[in-house]
Amino acid sequence: MGSSSLHVLKGINFNVEEGELVAIMGSSGSGKSTLLNILGMLDTAEEGDYILDDVPIKDLNETKAAKYRNKFLGFVFQSFNLINYKTALENVSLPLYYQGIPRKERQQEALDYLEKVGLKDWATHLPSELSGGQKQRVAIARALASKPKVLLADEPTGALDTTTSYEVMDLIQKINHEGKTILVVTHELDIAQMCKRIVLLKDGVIIEDKKVEQVLASSYVQ
Amino acid sequence: MFNRDRWREIFETISKNKLRTFLSGFTVALGIFIFIILFGLGNGLKNSFQEFFLDDASNAIFMYPGKTSMPYKGFKANRRIEFDNEDLEDIQTNFPLLIEYTTPRISRSGLTRYKGENNTYTTRAIAPGYQFVEKTILMKGRFINQSDLNKKAKHAVIGRLVAKDLFKNEDPLGKYIDIGSSVYKIVGVFQDDGGDREERYIYIPYTTRQLLEKGNDKVDQIIVTFPKELGHVGALALESSLKKYFKDKKSIDPQDPNGIYFQNLTDDLKQSQQFAVVLQLIVSFVGLGTLIAGIIGISNIMVFVVKERTKELGIRKALGATPRSVIQMILQESIFITAISGYFGLLFGVFVLESIGLKLEDYFIKNPFIDIGTAITATIVLIIFGAVAGYIPAKRAARIKPIVALRDE
Repeated sequence: MGSSSLHVLKGINFNVEEGELVAIMGSSGSGKSTLLNILGMLDTAEEGDYILDDVPIKDLNETKAAKYRNKFLGFVFQSFNLINYKTALENVSLPLYYQGIPRKERQQEALDYLEKVGLKDWATHLPSELSGGQKQRVAIARALASKPKVLLADEPTGALDTTTSYEVMDLIQKINHEGKTILVVTHELDIAQMCKRIVLLKDGVIIEDKKVEQVLASSYVQ
Repeated sequence: MFNRDRWREIFETISKNKLRTFLSGFTVALGIFIFIILFGLGNGLKNSFQEFFLDDASNAIFMYPGKTSMPYKGFKANRRIEFDNEDLEDIQTNFPLLIEYTTPRISRSGLTRYKGENNTYTTRAIAPGYQFVEKTILMKGRFINQSDLNKKAKHAVIGRLVAKDLFKNEDPLGKYIDIGSSVYKIVGVFQDDGGDREERYIYIPYTTRQLLEKGNDKVDQIIVTFPKELGHVGALALESSLKKYFKDKKSIDPQDPNGIYFQNLTDDLKQSQQFAVVLQLIVSFVGLGTLIAGIIGISNIMVFVVKERTKELGIRKALGATPRSVIQMILQESIFITAISGYFGLLFGVFVLESIGLKLEDYFIKNPFIDIGTAITATIVLIIFGAVAGYIPAKRAARIKPIVALRDE
């Protein structure tokens, strides 16, 4: 991925291979959120190139950005961001709706993803009827539903207790194990160490980029 | 193909956000409802007004003889002026193109009897043209005609309430009544929008009245009607030439304010019409005001709705919703809700107007109505403004970067 010169980010140059599980770490103000926003096409860099799956991402208008997001990216947020009046199943099938997939098909697919995160029985429940961990698993299922190239997780465990955090990380590791590229923004070291690579940001520059020995979250989950 | 899906998405959203749906729907329904009620009541007020003031013909000039107050051409002051048959003929020969009908009016009051029933009514002796002066509507039979005049026939046309008083449920046509000491055959029954008093008159040929009063040729008052095309100015000109003609003929000082009195209904008409215009303005203003209040109401709700959904819209955008699809969703939803609830407001308003319609006549509101074209236009205006009011915040919401919308507070 390209370099960018901004007030926040001052020359970021790094490359993520397919199938990697990268943790982006840094204290607040280090530019990790800005980096994720650019990667997520939610924000644009003033300078530099961003190439995703051999496609240069540039000159995006809102409509194009929306289509690329839908096609390439899955988002997982700290506060889950489920639509509160839609059931788990409807939430998961929403990206498929925006892909124009017929209703029957997308409901079946959404159900498959819910099964994958272990919430098939909760398909008809509203987010308010789910626990924090369950909500995040629904959000992960939703992010996966559009079959993205990259999964971007912004503090996915930030709102969860330790046990639930590890359960969610276990799920993320499993998805990564199946070959999905995942970027996780976090400031918790134990979460970062469950990834395969840690990129440490400080004042808009990468001060450390190292492969780590992955800690399996499943060893914490009983 | 995509469309049916979008509708389903909208129905889901609507049915799962009942309060929001209710609020925006209620605003529109209430706006339309109040608009229809106020506009209808305003129209009712206008109707009452028209009935009160515009009942009689407006193209008539009444001439009343009086007493002179100045000596003139050797005559002393305080001389009584009278009209007679010759004056009627003179009007017709001297103003042939300016006059439509000429009729005398001799009013007498007399005890009227039929079988056991009796009552005192005013009898007006007139010519056939009088029907057009009072805008009398015949319910049964016919009005006094020329042949009655020629034969000096003892024929009478009675008002609806005279028939009701004397004949109860009997058919008065062809029956005979006593008026004073003469017997008249009833040839017609009329009604008049001018109220009860107007329906208690009895009309007979003026020639018959003259015959009864010792064969004189006096006609009391003279009423002429003129073509409406004459207009206000023409009517005033006609009045002054009639005045000039008769003052000359009856030897009255041109400066004498008495002698003959003229009443020109065109003056009344002008005043009434001005009043009607003012009334119409008030009705329109009230309608417009209500509509604007409705528009402001729906605009507020739409701004609130979009604000409330900012986060949801951000989520949708992060999941791949294009700005266009976001705007489309909000608009389609708001138009759907406002159209349905506007329609219900319209139906309910018209229904209420219909059901109270006849009960408000005591309060000078007669037949309140709203023409369906106005009602539908108002509904469409409200729907359009609801859509516009939704479009502006929707467009802004669609432009907000998802990351901003999703930012945790």
